[in-house]
Amino acid sequence: MSLALYRIDDRLIHGQVVVGWGQPLHVSFIVLVDDEVSSSDWEQDLYRMGVPPQIEVIFASVDSAAQLFSTWEADQRVGILLVGDIDTAVAVASRIPQVKRFNVGGVHHRAGRKERLRFVYLTDDEAGKLRALAARGVDVTAQDVPTARPVPIGEFT
Amino acid sequence: MSDLRGIIVSHAAVAQALVTAVGAITGVEDALTGVSNEGCGTAELGDRLRTAIGEGPAVVFVDLPGGSCFTSSMRYAKQHAEIAVVTGVNLAMLLDFVFHRNVSPAEAARRAVDAGAKAIRVTVGPTSPSAA
Repeated sequence: MSLALYRIDDRLIHGQVVVGWGQPLHVSFIVLVDDEVSSSDWEQDLYRMGVPPQIEVIFASVDSAAQLFSTWEADQRVGILLVGDIDTAVAVASRIPQVKRFNVGGVHHRAGRKERLRFVYLTDDEAGKLRALAARGVDVTAQDVPTARPVPIGEFT
Repeated sequence: MSDLRGIIVSHAAVAQALVTAVGAITGVEDALTGVSNEGCGTAELGDRLRTAIGEGPAVVFVDLPGGSCFTSSMRYAKQHAEIAVVTGVNLAMLLDFVFHRNVSPAEAARRAVDAGAKAIRVTVGPTSPSAA
């Protein structure tokens, strides 16, 4: 089965990911790709606490994700790959050409960002990076929970 | 020792509803502040939390032991010694907390957890209420 969802969410591991997507997809592992979290034991403990014991959490930097991606793809279990921001998503897609889709699940308000959807706020630069990603053949849609409509990139960038 | 403040951090409107409920039951209106994660990334929720806690010691009550409310609260507590974090907030623990705030955050947190846990029971069928 391997990776069933590639998600951009600035909250990283939280209820929508673990329960909202994790339950219907029968997820057994979550790969959190984030250079900062992957270098902090404290942050890793924090994120692990929000995940039930039957779900494995793997922390990776962008570099190690590029090296280990084939292992996750070959895994018989269902997994989610999670990044916290647009730049990490772009880096992952650049380093791992097999990544062909990204779900924008939550990018929230910050100075300089404009509201695109209730759960997606982007600067013009970030919107441009997502469009460039789509132009390279990555299917980019916005969808917070599985029961919502996937919003095509043309409607929110 | 001055009275502690309680900050409730939750998804959607749960926190504010708990603040309202405690006020309606006890008449104590100044002990609790509700913070919602609605529309927030981690950074903005951290800002909301900082504003709500302000100065001084406090107990932060979080809805779930994981997720954005929890991670933001834990990051704040890591930087501030006089903060205790309690997860699994319920009305019973808050009702006890508002009347027992003249203690350290750790002591108030432990007491609140005890009161909250005692309120969780299962009743199946026509059982005597005291047997639940």
